[in-house]
Amino acid sequence: MSATFVGMPGSPAFPAFPRAAHDAVRDTTLRGNLRHATHTIRAKRAAAVAEMPDWAALRAAGRQIKDHTLRHLDWYLVRVEEAVTAAGGTVHWAADADEANRIVAGLVKATGESEVVKVKSMATQEIGLNEALEAAGIRAYETDLAELIVQLGHDRPSHILVPAIHRNRGEIRDIFRSEMSRWGRPAPEGLTDAPAELAEAARLHLREKFLRAKVGISGANFVVAETGTLVVVESEGNGRMCLTLPETLISVVGIEKIVPTWRDLEVFLQTLPRSSTAERMNPYTSMWTGTTDGDGPETFHLVLLDNGRTDTLADEVGRQALRCIRCSACLNVCPVYERAGGHAYGSVYPGPIGAILSPQLRGTASEIDASLPYASSLCGACYEVCPVAIDIPEVLVHLRERVVEGGPATRAGNKVLLKPAKGHAAERAAMRAARWALTRPGALRGGQRLASRTRRFHPRTLPGPGRAWTGTRDLPPVPAEPFRDWWQRTHGGPGGKDAK
Amino acid sequence: MSSRDRILGRVRRALVDVPPDDAPPPVPERPGRHPRYEREVSRDYLRQHGDRNTEETVDLLAENLADYRAIVHRCDAEELPRLIAHLLGERGSNTVLVPPALEQGWLTAIEVTLVADRPDSTPHELDRVDSVVTGCAVAVAETGTLVLDGSPDQGRRRITLVPDHHICVVRVPGQVVSSVPQALERLDPTRPLTWISGPSATSDIELDRVEGVHGPRTLEVVLVSGE
Ligand code: SF4
Repeated sequence: MSATFVGMPGSPAFPAFPRAAHDAVRDTTLRGNLRHATHTIRAKRAAAVAEMPDWAALRAAGRQIKDHTLRHLDWYLVRVEEAVTAAGGTVHWAADADEANRIVAGLVKATGESEVVKVKSMATQEIGLNEALEAAGIRAYETDLAELIVQLGHDRPSHILVPAIHRNRGEIRDIFRSEMSRWGRPAPEGLTDAPAELAEAARLHLREKFLRAKVGISGANFVVAETGTLVVVESEGNGRMCLTLPETLISVVGIEKIVPTWRDLEVFLQTLPRSSTAERMNPYTSMWTGTTDGDGPETFHLVLLDNGRTDTLADEVGRQALRCIRCSACLNVCPVYERAGGHAYGSVYPGPIGAILSPQLRGTASEIDASLPYASSLCGACYEVCPVAIDIPEVLVHLRERVVEGGPATRAGNKVLLKPAKGHAAERAAMRAARWALTRPGALRGGQRLASRTRRFHPRTLPGPGRAWTGTRDLPPVPAEPFRDWWQRTHGGPGGKDAK
Repeated sequence: MSSRDRILGRVRRALVDVPPDDAPPPVPERPGRHPRYEREVSRDYLRQHGDRNTEETVDLLAENLADYRAIVHRCDAEELPRLIAHLLGERGSNTVLVPPALEQGWLTAIEVTLVADRPDSTPHELDRVDSVVTGCAVAVAETGTLVLDGSPDQGRRRITLVPDHHICVVRVPGQVVSSVPQALERLDPTRPLTWISGPSATSDIELDRVEGVHGPRTLEVVLVSGE
């Protein structure tokens, strides 16, 4: 089983970003796999988006829909509860990961079953559901091909959309050959590393699980408040299997997934597939409203998950992170992600969105969380591609100030006053992360948004405790020219030592 | 305090900055349809992309379906039974799953064992079937998408999922719309809906697209005119 790695970021298993990134950068296989993948998808995505002349309007509408929902989230949560209940579902509320895991384990036990099939879901990874179920004597089978690769490989996901992006076909074949038999049907004799053969091996291995499964567990991409409809977007059909064959379906959904109306889906069903897999439409989308007699599960449970989301909502600058529809476009354009890999972020949410989401969901007390707002060159490429226009650089800077200066924040629903991190291990981690990003010219390429904005991002202009930088700072003052130009001028531009 | 009250309380405290006159939509029967919501969300994106006549819309559907590796056929109502018979024969399909109210006559031209879509049939039984033939609710040209809504000519969600070969009949132009917004307008959210764009596929191995993981590996779409 893959270990959960969102729960206890302070443990030695989760080094701060620069240390984890340092190791990742030296792993040439990993870098090669990542580079190939992110570049492929980046180009395809640009083409898919270019087909839509109204992209900017769709993006604006997506932002407005999500902002409106967040500003009235209490109202919409109650609407969801009413609509899902009226449609035959049961709604549960979970304030944190432990509570959500307890609820799900209890629901599974009540069915008398001891195994479940799972649709890939960020929310259940975030709460470490598989491990909690295992502790309760329940075996959870991941059924998304990439999640299967991760689970069989005793590994951790490294990308939101393609969690096994760090593995190449040879590694996948080796994992299938050595591990499949321990979980069920073994890999076929003479399995090669051809993607079609690997997919076929997964099909055979998982089919026997689907056909006997009595309980399915999923997340959801959207929940429509007006109708109580849940939406799951996928490619392989494993989602459809888990959502329709079992007798009981349990969906664990973050409270930020709500959209007000049925019509609102017209925006996201146009922007999500193009942003994430660069397709006009993903192969399969399932929508269900409660239960339907004779079609699909007879019992449906919706677990509404907080786990730090209300704390994030309390931050007027940071709450925009809750607009995220998990398309992963920001990962694929991020020069830091491309080099550091998903594992360096110490969370199920890697890349630019992880750098702003994890420190808000978990707080900035730990070394890794304090370093994440610095795991960026602030090049702005993530903002440019984001289909709901989350200003990730703005939130990063805001969180840097929080790490360095302290100030008011909300933790577990309570207002707290954070102390400045001065002299603390967290600050040192943050400084190292900033230097890590700043000393990699390659990690600064790819964004065009720097010119007017970056001067205030430079460490020297950090107010107050920013002065603490002086001791460790190894950068000259920034002249009144765009950061990128300055960087290229002073560090030899794209031909610099780390540029590949 | 229940977790429900705790979470709702946290949300309300988190939103103290939202001005009181910025009240939530107060009409429970039509949530989100409050005029203020409509003002807050500018829907100045396009209802469809590009101007096309009916014929061109159907052509675009065929093109986009094929682009995602569905196999597209076109015929008129009279030719349909023979075409379906041909497609099933080509694959050597002996057992064909049919939804409860599939158009009588679509399967008259071939000798096959018809398997009814029964609520008590097990997934293993479905797995032994060679092919499934269904109608559809609506097809989206711009994205190459078929939407099934569980109507009697489409059946339960699982019958188009477990068998490896799916023939889906689309009436043109009546069931074809241009865009996603137009499709949503036609659909009933209280029904279980499945949107299908090409056969099952994965890109999880080095982002190479491979067709056919869990859903039907072969999707054949028949665009039938003149009904
Ligand atoms: S932050 Fe934006 S670009 Fe990144 S995953 Fe979320 S929605 Fe996609």
